[in-house]
Amino acid sequence: MDYLLTEEQIMIRDLARQIAREKIRPVAAEYDVEGKFPWDIVKVLADSDLCGIYIEEKYGGTGGGVMDLVLATEELSKACGGISLAMAATALGTFPIILFGTEEQKQKYLPDIAKGKKLAAFGLTEASAGSDAGAIATTAKKSGDHYILNGTKQWITNGGEAEVYTVVASVDRSKGARGAAAFIVEKGTPGFEFGKKEDKMGIRASVTRELVFTDCKIPKENLLSKEGMGFIVAMKTFDQSRPGVAAQALGIAQGALDLTVAYVKERKQFGKSISSFQGVQFMLADMATEIEAARALIYATARMIDSGAKKVAKDSAIAKLFASDMAMKVTTDCVQLFGGYGYMRDYPIEKYMRDAKITQIYEGTNQIQRGVIASNLIKESVA
Amino acid sequence: MNIIVCIKQVPDTTNVRIDPETNTLIRAGVACIVNPFDMYAVEESIRLKEKFGGKVTVMTMGPPQADEALRETISLGADEGILISDRAFAGSDTWATSYTLFRAIHKIGDYDLVICGKQAIDGDTAQVGPGISAHLEIPQITYVKKIEEVNLLPGNKYIKAERMTEEGYEVIESPLPCLITVVKEINEPRLPSLKGKMRAKKAEIIKWGAKDLDVDPAIIGLNGSPTKVVKIFTPPPRKGGQILEGDPKEISEKLVELLKNDIP
Repeated sequence: MDYLLTEEQIMIRDLARQIAREKIRPVAAEYDVEGKFPWDIVKVLADSDLCGIYIEEKYGGTGGGVMDLVLATEELSKACGGISLAMAATALGTFPIILFGTEEQKQKYLPDIAKGKKLAAFGLTEASAGSDAGAIATTAKKSGDHYILNGTKQWITNGGEAEVYTVVASVDRSKGARGAAAFIVEKGTPGFEFGKKEDKMGIRASVTRELVFTDCKIPKENLLSKEGMGFIVAMKTFDQSRPGVAAQALGIAQGALDLTVAYVKERKQFGKSISSFQGVQFMLADMATEIEAARALIYATARMIDSGAKKVAKDSAIAKLFASDMAMKVTTDCVQLFGGYGYMRDYPIEKYMRDAKITQIYEGTNQIQRGVIASNLIKESVA
Repeated sequence: MNIIVCIKQVPDTTNVRIDPETNTLIRAGVACIVNPFDMYAVEESIRLKEKFGGKVTVMTMGPPQADEALRETISLGADEGILISDRAFAGSDTWATSYTLFRAIHKIGDYDLVICGKQAIDGDTAQVGPGISAHLEIPQITYVKKIEEVNLLPGNKYIKAERMTEEGYEVIESPLPCLITVVKEINEPRLPSLKGKMRAKKAEIIKWGAKDLDVDPAIIGLNGSPTKVVKIFTPPPRKGGQILEGDPKEISEKLVELLKNDIP
C-alpha cells in the first residue's frame, strides 16, 4: 500500500530499514541472549540523525513528528523489538519536555537528545501504582529553591543508561492524581540511584531498572509545567507515545511475517513446499491483512496527532490496542508455521513472539486502553 | 586537502543472473549500486577530509542515471559530484575510460590525492585507477590497506601507505599529488545520515560531456577503445572429483595407476 509519505519520511524509512538490515539484524540474537544494552547501535542511530527526527530543528532535530518516529520505530523493530526501544523509550521520556517544557528546559535538554548524545526515560510506574497512576507514593517535597524526591519507580525502560529522566511524583498525596507533578531528573544527581536490572521474557536488548530516590534534591527549575499537573503531563505524553508502541508492535509483526513467508517457501513436507498448502496460505493472508490494517490505523493516528489535533486519547489508545493484540496473534501464528523449529531458540522466530507480548502490557495495559476508549466513547455520546 | 574520488555504478551482482543463451548479464530489474570497492575509497576520502579539511569531489563516468550513485556519496559526506556523461563515451574500455577521467581531473586541476576502488565488481580489471595515474603522470600506490601518514607541509607534501600484496604488505611513500587504489581492509564504510541524505537530494550535480573536457575524439568511446571482447562465456562447472577408498597402501596404488593411465 502506498501511504503517500513525504520525501523526508521516505528517507527516514529507508535509512532506518538499512540500519535494521545491516547493523541490527546480525546482532539481534546476541543481544537477546546476553541481555546487554545496545550502545553500539545507539551510536549508529545517533550518527544517522535518527535520534532527532521528532524534535524541532531549532533544538537540533529534523523537525518531524510522531509520524516520523512511527516510521523509524517500525523499521527498526522489524529487526529487533528490543533494540528499537532505546530510541522509542527516549522519545517517551522526551515528550514531556517537548509538550510542557519551558524554553530554558528545551534549550538545555533537547539538543543532546536530538544528537543522540543522551538517552531519556520516563518514570511513572511504581510497585503499587501501575494502571492506577493516581496512587503513586513517590513524593516531592518543596524546600526553598529545591524539591526533595523520595520513593522508587519500577520497570523503567532505559533506566540506568539514560541521562535524562522525567519522573512523576506527588507533591500532595491527599489530592491523589491532582497532587502529582512531573520533574526532570538528571542521572548523577545525589540521592538518585538505580535498582537491579530486570531479567525479562522479551525485549531483552532493552534495559529495565528501578529508579530509587532517597532525599534526592533537584532544583525547582526542573519542575515541568505546574504542581498538580503531573497526571496531565503523563496522560498527554502517552497520547503522543502510544502510536510509537503500536509501531513497535507493527514492526515486530511484519518482521516475523517476512521471516515466515521465506521459511514456508523453503520448508518441504509431503514432497511440496508448505507454502503451496491452502491452510498455510490462508494464515499468511490473514496475517498480512491484519498487519496492513494496523499500519493504516497507526499512520492515520500519527498524522492526526502531528496535525495538531487536541483530542487524540481515544484514537491513540485504539491504535496501540489494535496493533499490539495483532502483533501477539501474528507472532504466535508465525511460530506455529515454523512448527517444531519455531519453538527452538536456534531459529529467530520465537524471539518475535516473546518481544510482542510486552506491547500489550506497557504504556497502559490493553485493558486500560479499552477503558480509555470506552470512557471517551461514552463521553462523546452524551455531547 | 583536496581529494578526487572516481566511482562506478555497477549492477548489484549479488542478485544477478546470467542469460544462458547469450551468456551475458541479465540487467533488467537488477538494482544498481555504487561499486563496493569505491565505497571504501569514498569513506577514506571523507575520513581524510575530517582530519585535514579540504574538499572531496566524487566523479563518475556513466549514463544519466549514475547521478544516483553520486548523490549516495554526497549523503555520506562528499562535497561535490561530477557526472561525466555523453553518448560519445559509450562503449569505452579501460583505456578510453581512464583517458576520459584523466581529462576531467585535469580540468579540476587543484587536487592532492585521487582515490579509486581497487577494481569494479562487474569488469574486475583493476586497470582504470592505474590508467588515470599514467595519463596524469603522477605516482600510484595500488591495493592500499592503510594510510599511515599524510604530510601537507608546502614543499614537502607526501603520503605514506601500506600496500597489500599476496605475501604481506609494503610500505610506500610517495609525493603528492598521487593516486591510490584501496582494498576493503582499509576501513568500514559509514551509513548515510538523514541530514546527509537531505543534502544529497538537493545537491547540484555537475555534468560534463565530451565538449567540456577537450578530449581527443580518437581516444574516447567504443572507437577509441583498443580492447575487443571476443567472447563471453560461463566457465563449465567443475566435475566432482573421485574419492579413492581403502587402506593407505591400496589408495596409493590406485592413485599411481590412475596417474599413469590418465596422464599422457
